[in-house]
Amino acid sequence: MSLLHIVILLPFILAVFVPVLHKWSKRLHTGWFVLPAPAALFVYLLGWLPNVQEGERMTASLPWIPSLGIDFTVYVDGLGLLFALLITGIGTLVVLYSIFYLDKGKEAIGHFYVYLLLFMGAMLGVTLSDNVIVLYGFWEITSISSFLLIAFWHHREKSRYGALKSMLITVLGGLAMLGGFALVYVMAGTFSIRELVGSAADIAEHDLFIPAMLLILLGAFTKSAQFPFHIWLPDAMEAPTPVSAYLHSATMVKAGLYLVARFSPVFAGEPAWFWLIAASGIATLLYGSYRALKQTDLKAMLAFSTVSQLGLIMSLLGLGSAAAVYTGTSESLFYAKATLAGIFHLMNHAVFKGALFMVVGIVDYETGTRDIRRLGGLMSVMPVTFSAALIGALSMAGLPPFNGFLSKEMFFTAVLNIRELDVWNMAFWGAFFPVIAWIASVFTFLYSMLLLFKTFAGKKQFEKLAKKPHEAPLGMLLPPVVLASLAVVFGLFPNLLSYSLIEPAMAAIHPAMLDAGAKFHVSISFWHGWTAEIYMTIGVVAAGILLYKLYPRLSLLNRPLFTRFSLNKTYDGGIGRLDGSAKWLTDRYMTGSVRHYLIYILFFLIVSVAMTMAGSGGMRVDLSDFAPMSLYEAVIIFALVASVIAVPFARSRMMAIILTGTAGYMVTLFFVIFRAPDLALTQMIVETVSVTLFLLCFYHLPKLKKELARLRFKLSNFLIALGVGAVMTAVALSASSGRSFESISGYFLENSYKLAGGKNVVNVILVDFRGFDTMLEIVVLGIASLGIYALIKLGPDAVGT
Amino acid sequence: MELYMSLAIGVIFTVGVYLILSKSLLRIILGTSLLTHGVHLLLLTMSRLKTGAAPLLGQKADAYVDPLPQALILTSIVISFGVTSFFFVLAYKAYQRLGTDDMERLRGKDDE
Repeated sequence: MSLLHIVILLPFILAVFVPVLHKWSKRLHTGWFVLPAPAALFVYLLGWLPNVQEGERMTASLPWIPSLGIDFTVYVDGLGLLFALLITGIGTLVVLYSIFYLDKGKEAIGHFYVYLLLFMGAMLGVTLSDNVIVLYGFWEITSISSFLLIAFWHHREKSRYGALKSMLITVLGGLAMLGGFALVYVMAGTFSIRELVGSAADIAEHDLFIPAMLLILLGAFTKSAQFPFHIWLPDAMEAPTPVSAYLHSATMVKAGLYLVARFSPVFAGEPAWFWLIAASGIATLLYGSYRALKQTDLKAMLAFSTVSQLGLIMSLLGLGSAAAVYTGTSESLFYAKATLAGIFHLMNHAVFKGALFMVVGIVDYETGTRDIRRLGGLMSVMPVTFSAALIGALSMAGLPPFNGFLSKEMFFTAVLNIRELDVWNMAFWGAFFPVIAWIASVFTFLYSMLLLFKTFAGKKQFEKLAKKPHEAPLGMLLPPVVLASLAVVFGLFPNLLSYSLIEPAMAAIHPAMLDAGAKFHVSISFWHGWTAEIYMTIGVVAAGILLYKLYPRLSLLNRPLFTRFSLNKTYDGGIGRLDGSAKWLTDRYMTGSVRHYLIYILFFLIVSVAMTMAGSGGMRVDLSDFAPMSLYEAVIIFALVASVIAVPFARSRMMAIILTGTAGYMVTLFFVIFRAPDLALTQMIVETVSVTLFLLCFYHLPKLKKELARLRFKLSNFLIALGVGAVMTAVALSASSGRSFESISGYFLENSYKLAGGKNVVNVILVDFRGFDTMLEIVVLGIASLGIYALIKLGPDAVGT
Repeated sequence: MELYMSLAIGVIFTVGVYLILSKSLLRIILGTSLLTHGVHLLLLTMSRLKTGAAPLLGQKADAYVDPLPQALILTSIVISFGVTSFFFVLAYKAYQRLGTDDMERLRGKDDE
């Protein structure tokens, strides 16, 4: 176990001790004990930056299930380090924020920090694992801890609903992803991502390539809330705000993006990969930004905004995958700029969205509401919060000088570039990308302004609020302020990031584009002249301001786009119908009637035996070898058949019992004529005892009503019975016709006297050759008699119920 | 002989199955009894009938019938006897306590 393993396992280890610390510290908030862990990890990981920048890769392996090729291998490269820094950095701020957000006395904070640490460790595991099975394990822990965190206030109906929904959707995707990993293993014979990248060329030729890709993408899309799997994210906003800020904006929802980026070297270059990711991303971008406009709840607005921004990053990763088509040429760098934009925006989004969520949490905490219709004019009472919100919202809208501006410019560059891609019909479809991107940016600008000005500007309407608002405590303000400052710093000095993190991350996503030992050289310039992108941004701002002015009068934007169709209704209806149809189906066949179940069983028996016999040629009748029949035997057969047939026609139960007994005595006679004296003896005794028992019991039974008058004829029963009889006749005939091999009884006949000293071969077999059968049959009789005794003496009567 | 035995076995199975599909608990037990007879005869028939003397070495015959199926059937007779008597007492108790032997009325509680 190396230090890298400790990085992943530290949160888990701490999570074990959190309940103890929580109990032990009466006065100190438990969050203070948690805070050092992510902070220390962040600082430790920062120390790796220079090494990773130099192209060094760190690995450490711990055997877990070596026989299956599953090892707990930690692998740190640019992409993994970028995510790990995001997770620990924002994790530190979120823990700090939560210390002031969650009350020690009122909330179950012990639970909260256990879940949060579980999540943090799992997320680090997802991003730093090299083995896909280990990755999947951590992936599911993120789903589970997210489920626990969403339902943190589990007494609320909506929390439980949101948690269940996110669980179902993300676990569905996770399971699909596991299937994808299994297929990848089938193709490449390894679970290691590095080795997969190495054998990417072989995988691309394989038949399972497309199914594996689809399954893995399903996992990524559900986790990253891509259309139409985004529906869980707005409902996950029932979680406490630190959770929303951490999981549902900065880290967990980016796990899907991580997966796409991580598997890019394996799958990129395929048109299906490009189209699925680029198209679903751009659709999610447009849909999310449009839906965000119509929300009145601040967190719902931010949730749809997150959906939309994740779509943006996803589409950029898709567009960037086009670079793999031109591997080795200068054009590949041209398309790889999309990847660059994606990574840059991924970090920017984590920064400003984290800040915005925390701001919204502060507003909620101070005013008691998140409804923009009841908020307004908070600017003067909460100046610091407003500043953080201003920077966050302007950055989200893509205005200079904040980091969102740069990433949006790069986004526009990427969508404009993609028109020049001369494969996959891009001449036609490529033209749509800039248009959609531009419209979505206008929407983004609009909701950012709505978020900002509806909350902080306008009329003061404090009489509608539950509390009198005032500025939040310092500890609560610090994290959003830090994040907002970062938004400014990254905006003004983007190359801080590009040299340290983006270049190594690019190298991880596009390994094929680099010669050995080479590095990407990325330089993000703030100003790049009067290009098409800058005019697009000016257009966005102009259109956005116009729409903001017209917004109250635009009924189109206020009205739901689809009143009759909604994805949430589809989901709810789908779950309900699934439930209902399962119940309907079960009610249909699980009737509670033994007769029905017997019919299923017997029907299956008839069909399977008949089909097997017909299909395998097992049915054969060879009369030549059969023994002749004498008159005596004919009479016994006739008597047997007659007494058996008469049983169903018996009017009284006495008669039925006696007729069954008759059949038993006829069987005894058969044993006599077919040279089985022991059988005949036993059968006769058993039959006598049985009939006596039957008669004793039923003679003494009270006559409850005139039952058993006559069995009513049921055709369905008769047909089933006839089928079983016919099948059994066929089996009997086939078994008697010809022998496949000699019986082993020759041995018993020869050695019965020699080895066992007995002349009655049947008895010798019973007690000597196969004595175990007999012993256990005695046990059966013993159990039966004990059972009968218990039934009679100790039944519920005896207990007195 | 095997042909007629097979047909008789078919009849026994038909009637046995028909009985276990009926409503009355007593008839179901009688049906299982008949099915047992059918199975025993089937075992006996499958080893071919009348191929020699009874498997008693004192008879000094040239050929004996197969002793192994007889041993199996003997075991089976005893086991089915145990099971049948247990079922019978169970049915008797059910009849006594619940007041019916109609299988269609012997259902679980509604809330299960």
